[in-house]
Parts: sequence; structure tokens; C-alpha cells
Amino acid sequence: MAKPSLAVWKFASCDGCQLSLLDLEDELLAVADGIDIAHFPEATTAHRGGPYDVSLVEGSITTPADLTRIQEIRAQSGMLVAIGACATTGGIQALRNLADIDEFVRVVYARPAYIQTLATSTAIADHVKVDLELAGCPINKYQLLEVVQALLVGRKPTLPTYSVCVECKERGTSCVMVADGVACLGPITRAGCGAICPAFARGCYGCFGPSESPNVDSLAAWWDELGVARPDLVRALRTFNVNAPQFKEASTRYAQE
Amino acid sequence: MHKNDTRRSFNVTELTRVEGEGALDVIVEGDEIIELKFRIFESPRFFEALLRGRRFDEVTDITARICGICPVAYQTSSANAIEDALGIQVGEPIRDLRRMLYFGEWIESHGLHVYLLHAPDFLGYHGGVELAQDSPDLVKRGLRLKRVGNRLMEVIGGREIHPINPRVGGFWKAIAKRDLDEMVPDLEWALEAALATVDWVSGFSYPDLEPDYEFVALHDPDEYAIIGGRIRSNRGIDIPVHEWGDVFEEDHIEWSNALVARIKGRGSYHVGPLARFNLNFEQLHPLARASAERHGLTPPVLNPFKTIMVRSVEMVHAAATCLDLIGRYESLGAPYAEAPLRESVGYGASEAPRGLLYHRYALDEEGLVTDAQIVPPTSQNQLQIEADLRQLLSGILDLDDDTIQHQLEQSIRNYDPCISCATHFLTLNLERR
Repeated sequence: MAKPSLAVWKFASCDGCQLSLLDLEDELLAVADGIDIAHFPEATTAHRGGPYDVSLVEGSITTPADLTRIQEIRAQSGMLVAIGACATTGGIQALRNLADIDEFVRVVYARPAYIQTLATSTAIADHVKVDLELAGCPINKYQLLEVVQALLVGRKPTLPTYSVCVECKERGTSCVMVADGVACLGPITRAGCGAICPAFARGCYGCFGPSESPNVDSLAAWWDELGVARPDLVRALRTFNVNAPQFKEASTRYAQE
Repeated sequence: MHKNDTRRSFNVTELTRVEGEGALDVIVEGDEIIELKFRIFESPRFFEALLRGRRFDEVTDITARICGICPVAYQTSSANAIEDALGIQVGEPIRDLRRMLYFGEWIESHGLHVYLLHAPDFLGYHGGVELAQDSPDLVKRGLRLKRVGNRLMEVIGGREIHPINPRVGGFWKAIAKRDLDEMVPDLEWALEAALATVDWVSGFSYPDLEPDYEFVALHDPDEYAIIGGRIRSNRGIDIPVHEWGDVFEEDHIEWSNALVARIKGRGSYHVGPLARFNLNFEQLHPLARASAERHGLTPPVLNPFKTIMVRSVEMVHAAATCLDLIGRYESLGAPYAEAPLRESVGYGASEAPRGLLYHRYALDEEGLVTDAQIVPPTSQNQLQIEADLRQLLSGILDLDDDTIQHQLEQSIRNYDPCISCATHFLTLNLERR
């Protein structure tokens, strides 16, 4: 039986999520034995045309050319997996969605006419059918390994939908919000990182995006009690997953108060 | 195809084994290069614009996201700039921890580039995975080196990509000495592996190319500069970081989504491992210096293909220096330093794996960013890369197109260009007419 083929694609991003694949130092060669890496330009010059059994897509849609390229990728892909905050919510560059894009271009570039860009940065699923989403800025490489392994044998990968709080309990980290009065987004943020920030004496900053049914208003009340000003909460929600629906809805309301 | 009677065009439409998206367009008529454009078409992400209105203590987390391969570089340069703005002084233990974290990034990034991205060019493979089919032990050594770098970033930074522990003024959490002590066996292995890497790559055959470079790097008389220093060149530049804008300028060219930097009135310059090595050879760890000298590698090294040797020497330096730093490390008292907010402008720089990374921020009295400027290494190298390609191409035009294409691509990879960073790479389109 032929090995399943894998393609890795990039849109607007920092390359960190696809680097996670190369960061699986102990597993990389075994993975490469089990699959046919057909297109992964960051790692290899070799390229085989589609169709591909699995496509990993990093990055968000931000240019007119992206709009057609993602359709072409979808058409060539069996399973399409969006990896990382950019691909699943639009990433930090989706802050442009709240601003005037022409001003953004003028701030950075001396000759705005040379720049082709869309007014928004959006998730892959806003444009094509996505079979699986892997959250995180960056993704957790072991979650990526779980996804690749699961797809190889045709089972559903096990990915948490609960919040970072569960991982703090698992890790034995005492609650930084209760014990130290540190503002933390953990209660509304999806698990998957291993609850790193609270273990390093700081609050979670939400890089994995919203957990399933997050109670943002309850968290906002907590932060009020801790004395955090509302503009600070709004900015916290408007960072790496600014365009995630639950964060966007709540931050829009708080910004208007 | 005879070289004197046709127009040839070379198109690399998607450059591989680089970080990000770029292309190269070349048109040649007979012996004359009509056009040569190194195009960066990576999508702009507008970091300098989206940083406006963010608070000073969010900047290190946000700028890390410019690059997944060198987040510590962005965190360090931005922290330096904001500390400069607010007048925050950082003590020796925090500096030591910052250097170790940053060396972790150098080992990770250089290990990746040397073994998986660059060595395959010299050995005739498509990539590291293909090389592993014939030389599994070599590639495993590279992966394990990379892993040691990543492990160091995990221990100090919390995770290897976008570390969470660094902050303005130092770190959120002090790292215990015993956690660093546990890294010693890995680092001792990495030191030996890096020395073996220098020996291995020294046996490669190197194309002839020795451009007349102006090298620019940070310089510190007491250490091989990484987290700060004065900006120096081999042609007389010797300035504090805040004078960057007096000597250098950025320009926007039509075929690139990256701004290109140049020395005012002079033009292109070269940043990165080769610049550091040539300007700071005396400050290298003695073991690193000896490993270079053993293979006749002493300044000035002008051949850009030999950056793979210099990166290997820098891995020796990183591992050996970390072992020294761990030996003298005592747990931090306060993990970070603070200062009152004020309306101010600050400047910061550090040596990313790919070279000098300059940041400038203006803050208002509430600590919100009102203006930001970020100049990554690949924007600074962009003109130099084009100049190298012209010089290389003019000497190899009688070779066949495939060989030319390969050498041009390899030449771009000498710089380990990070296109994600620069946009704010490579597709070769070579047309012979």
C-alpha cells in the first residue's frame, strides 16, 4: 500500500507552526518513514503534485491571491487541517480587522501602492471546508503528532476542548488568580499548551483561543474585582485570537461600554 | 542553448528551505544580466502598525510572533528598546540568563539550518529527510543538537516557540540553578557534536566567491555580542544603537513586501554569522576559536558559502559559553527590574541567528506604544543578497541552467533568509534571451 501523502502550506504567518513539525526531533524521521512528504517547501526542495491525502495549512488569508490559492489547495486535499491561531482565527494580524487598513499600510510602507492586501485577516474555515482545526500560537507539537498519527490510521484525534484550568490542576499549579491575584485568561482559554504561563508565575494570555462555551462575562467580573481596567481586558482579548467569535463579541461589547 | 545567441530567463517561483515566501527573477542576454530581482512576496502582517496602542509590557509577547524561528531575538531586541525608553537597568544574573536563552535559539536555528536546510545543497540532496536516508546518524546528530537548543529554551523560556517567560526587565520567573544544572550533560554532548559539525562541514567543497563586503554587527569588548553592544562595521562604523537611524536608512522597492535597508551614501551591507565572526573573532570562546583555526578559518572570511562553517563554530561557542554561565549561575534575586512609566523613546538591538535586529519604540506617559520601527536582518541583507547573486551569476553563465539555478538558490540560502521576518522568499524566475 502506498504511503499517505502530506503537504504543508503557508499563508500569512510566522512559520512557527510548521516549524513544530521539524521540532519533533525524536519523532521526525519515524514520521517521515510513515508518510510521503510530498510538499513542504520550508524543509525540502522535492515536490510532487497533488492530490494529497492530508494538507496542513498554516497562516491566515490576507491577500487577493490567497483567496484563489486556498481554493486550489482544498481541491487537491483529502483532509485539510488548519494549524495554529492564524489559520483557525486569523491570528494577531487580524487586529487589522478593527482598524483602517490603508492607515496600517501607510504606517509600515513608504509606497503603499506597491502593497496588495485585503482589509481583513481571516481563518481558513471562513473560505473553505476545514476537516480539523488545531489551536495555538504556536500549536503544541505533540498535538500535531497526535493529529498526524490519528489521520494515518484513520481514527479521530483526541484533542481537548476544556480550559487551561484543567491543565493547571493536572500540573499541580496553584491558581494564580485565586492565590496571587494575577489576571489570567486560563478559565476561558482552550487547553493544549500544558498550562505553561501560570507555572511561570504569570497569567495565561489566551494564545490557544477560546475553550468550548467560555463564560467571558464571568471572567470579566473576576478581572474587575482584581482591579484590571476594562481597556486592559479588551486588549487582552484582542491579541493572538482577536477574531475568534467569542473573544470578538465580548471585546466589542466591553469596548463600547 | 548557446550562451551568446539567446536570451535566458531563470525563474525560481518558490524558494525552498527558507523561512517564508520569496522568488528570484533573472533575465540574461548573452553575457549580460539584464535584470535580477530578489522578490519577497510574503504577505505583509503590519506589526509596526498593530503595535500602536499596545502597552509596553505586551510588546515582547507580540513581536515574538513576527518569527517562529527566532522569537527570542524579537523578545530581546524589543525588551532592550523598552528598557532603554524607561531607564530600566538589568543586572548581571538576568543578562546571563538572557544570553543562555538566546544561545538556545542560536543552537536550535543554526542546527536546523546547517543540517536540514544548507548541508543538503553541498551534498546534493533535496533536504534533510532525504539526506537521512543515506546518512541517518549525521541527521540524527543534527536533530539532537537542535533538540538541545530547544530544551534550553523550554527550561528558561517555558517553551521553544514563542517562549512565555521573558519580559521587559527580565523574566516572570527566576530559574532555579538545579534546573540549569540538569542541562549540563546535554550541553556537554552538544559541545562535542558542534565540534564534530565544524570538522564535517569543513570537508565540503566551496564555490569561489569573495565579495567586498561591509560587515555590520554588534560588538562588545567583553563577550561575543548577542544581547547588546555597539554597532560596528569593518569600514569605520562604531555607534551606539540609538544612532542607527543616523547611519542606516530603509527604502521600499516595488518588487518586495519587505523594506530594504542600506548604509546612507554607501549602499548594501552584510549582517549575520559572517559579520559577527569577522568583527568579533577575538571574543569567541577559546574552544570555538580553536575549532575555527584548526580548519584555517580566520578573519577575514569573505566567502558567503562558508557561513555554514561559521554557524557551526557559533554552535561551539554557544554550548561552551552556556556551560561556563551555568557554572557561575546563582539564582536570581528579583526575576525582573521595573521603572516608572514616562513619555519616552527607546532603542534596542541584538544579534538574531541571521544577524542584527534593530527596534525603536516611542511610548506615551501611560506606557502605550505610539510608534514602532523594526528592522530585521533579512531586510538588511536583501540588497547584499542581490549583489552576491549578480557577482556569482556573471562568473557561471556558461554553465547549464540547472546548475546555475542550483547555485543561485544555494547562494540565497547562505544567508538563511527569514522571509517571514523580512516582511514586514524564493521563487527563481531566470529568463535567458
